Amino acid sequence: MKRAGAATLILVAILALAASWVAPNAPERRFNDLLNAPPTRVHVWDGGPRAPFVYRQRVVSRLERRFETVTTERVPLRWFADGTLVTADPRGGVPLLLLGADGYGRDVFSRVVHGSRLTLALALLATLGATLLGAAIGGVSGYAGGRVDLVLSRVTEFVLVLPAIYVVLALRATLPLIVPSSTVFLSLTGIFILLGWPSVARGVRAIVVSERTRDYVTAAEALGASRARVLLRHLLPAAGGHVVTQATLLLPAFILAEATMSFIGLGFPEASPTWGTMLQEASNVALLGDAPWALAPAAAIFLVVFAVNLVVQGTSRVPVQLER
Amino acid sequence: MWAFLVRRVAFALVLIALASSAAFLLTRAAPGDVTDQLGPFAKPAEVAAMRARFGLDQSVLKQWLSWAWHAARFDFGESFLYSRPVRGLVRQAALNTAVLALAAFVVATAVGLTLGVISGSLGSGALPAMIRAASAVCVSLPPLLSSLILVFIAARTGWLPAGGMSSSGSGDLSWAGWLADLAWHVPLPAIALALPIAATFERLQAQAMSEVVGQPFVLAARARGVSSGDLILRHAWPVSLRPICAVLGVAVGALLSGSFVVEYVTAWPGLGRLMYEALRARDIYLVAGCAATGSALLALGTLVGDVLLAVVDPRVRDEAHS
Repeated sequence: MKRAGAATLILVAILALAASWVAPNAPERRFNDLLNAPPTRVHVWDGGPRAPFVYRQRVVSRLERRFETVTTERVPLRWFADGTLVTADPRGGVPLLLLGADGYGRDVFSRVVHGSRLTLALALLATLGATLLGAAIGGVSGYAGGRVDLVLSRVTEFVLVLPAIYVVLALRATLPLIVPSSTVFLSLTGIFILLGWPSVARGVRAIVVSERTRDYVTAAEALGASRARVLLRHLLPAAGGHVVTQATLLLPAFILAEATMSFIGLGFPEASPTWGTMLQEASNVALLGDAPWALAPAAAIFLVVFAVNLVVQGTSRVPVQLER
Repeated sequence: MWAFLVRRVAFALVLIALASSAAFLLTRAAPGDVTDQLGPFAKPAEVAAMRARFGLDQSVLKQWLSWAWHAARFDFGESFLYSRPVRGLVRQAALNTAVLALAAFVVATAVGLTLGVISGSLGSGALPAMIRAASAVCVSLPPLLSSLILVFIAARTGWLPAGGMSSSGSGDLSWAGWLADLAWHVPLPAIALALPIAATFERLQAQAMSEVVGQPFVLAARARGVSSGDLILRHAWPVSLRPICAVLGVAVGALLSGSFVVEYVTAWPGLGRLMYEALRARDIYLVAGCAATGSALLALGTLVGDVLLAVVDPRVRDEAHS
């Protein structure tokens, strides 16, 4: 199970890195005749075995979102053409829509693949930042002790009880409602780090407090090691396992936080594909019943969160966490 | 116990004051204000009148002081968005959120603990394996995803209403009819909110149960001839409850945070939705009122959780004494 989870994560990472080669269509390309078109089915049989091909989809009724396939003309899939792994004939109006099209006629599969980049990069960067900040604060708090420890511990506890999503909401609201993608990326990363570090810091502090009375620390201090060296080279490595566990809990939480913020329109602008902005399409209940492929980004989020949980469950017996 | 309660209430008051003041000041510092809602063609005189009416012409400190002075007497000012006192709006929304959160909590506890006892006491076999798999999936289905999926199922099948808290025209229903209508709308958002928490409870309960079942006192009870059902329910289960009670406080936070998303997706007129609208419109007093109420709910929930933990585990009570 643990291996399956790790394999899934590696696959997702490869897809994200190779997005522009994997995606059959450009993520912002609009096929105006194929709004909300269902997924293109790939056929290999037409009276006899054939190389994989697709049929053209033609809109029958725009209002009812009904489409029919034109079975008279086979459009063969083209491999390693146009700089992508596989594609159909997008210029001739027959794109390969593996997961259908959204309300603007954009390829959902290509957008999910491209969207993984911003979503995952943001979550990874925020996880890294929160882990480093948490380890630093927890380490200083535990090693320094006294008044510094008291103040830092109180702050840690206070941030821990706050319901995170409301704080994210309030902090994000201090920016204008519409801001460019790069500003969103930086501000959300900063906000996530500010809210994520305490869970790391609390555990690191506890470990450092119990470790600092050990003989090896006294020995290092007696040898004249500076305080910074004792903390960085001797104490923090002891907390390594805890830090890694916390990071695996923060990563899915941040992926979700980004998705939530973009979903409610306070994250990335609609034009830049992320799993959250794509989910906005699914908030249209009337459309959702007819176009279930709007849930594709939800499936992607689930897949990553599930895979992370599988990996964590393999390493420790207590995978239990609740989102605040 | 009393010293413990007093300390917790004091902490709650500090939390409420800090959270609502922070929300107030952040919204005030945000670019734009409520006068943006008047549209681009508002006359300067109208804008000035509006700013004066909501105290935006005063300095930040002065406005905050006068708001805090009134808020301490439960007067949270007037909402621009609804042209009504914040207090009434927030009370109604908090009630709606509490209904949703309580329903979800009941579902999560009932489902999570039952399945946890079953899978924890049986240990291995087909049934526990199925329960484990189901909760592994549900743990990875946070409210954002679970509510979207349930709304999709509801839209596809029509089994349940896909959103809202009441049907249109339910205003003229009798009291019983109104209650039935509410009961018709509650399940979808409540289940969406409950699923991940139920899964967490199931995992915790199963772990605790499997640990308790191996302890000597259970073996001793079995040797005395206690039946299997009694053994699990009367002897082992109460002892295994501690881990659940320990996360109750966190569960309250999860319910509140999760209910924000669920309210947004299913159009439930709760506190999260109200605060979101208020934030977007820069409705300062409404934002602060929502933050105060939300943090009060959170503090109340954690307090109840801690008291329950003290009831179940005498050791916690003794710590509170010392």
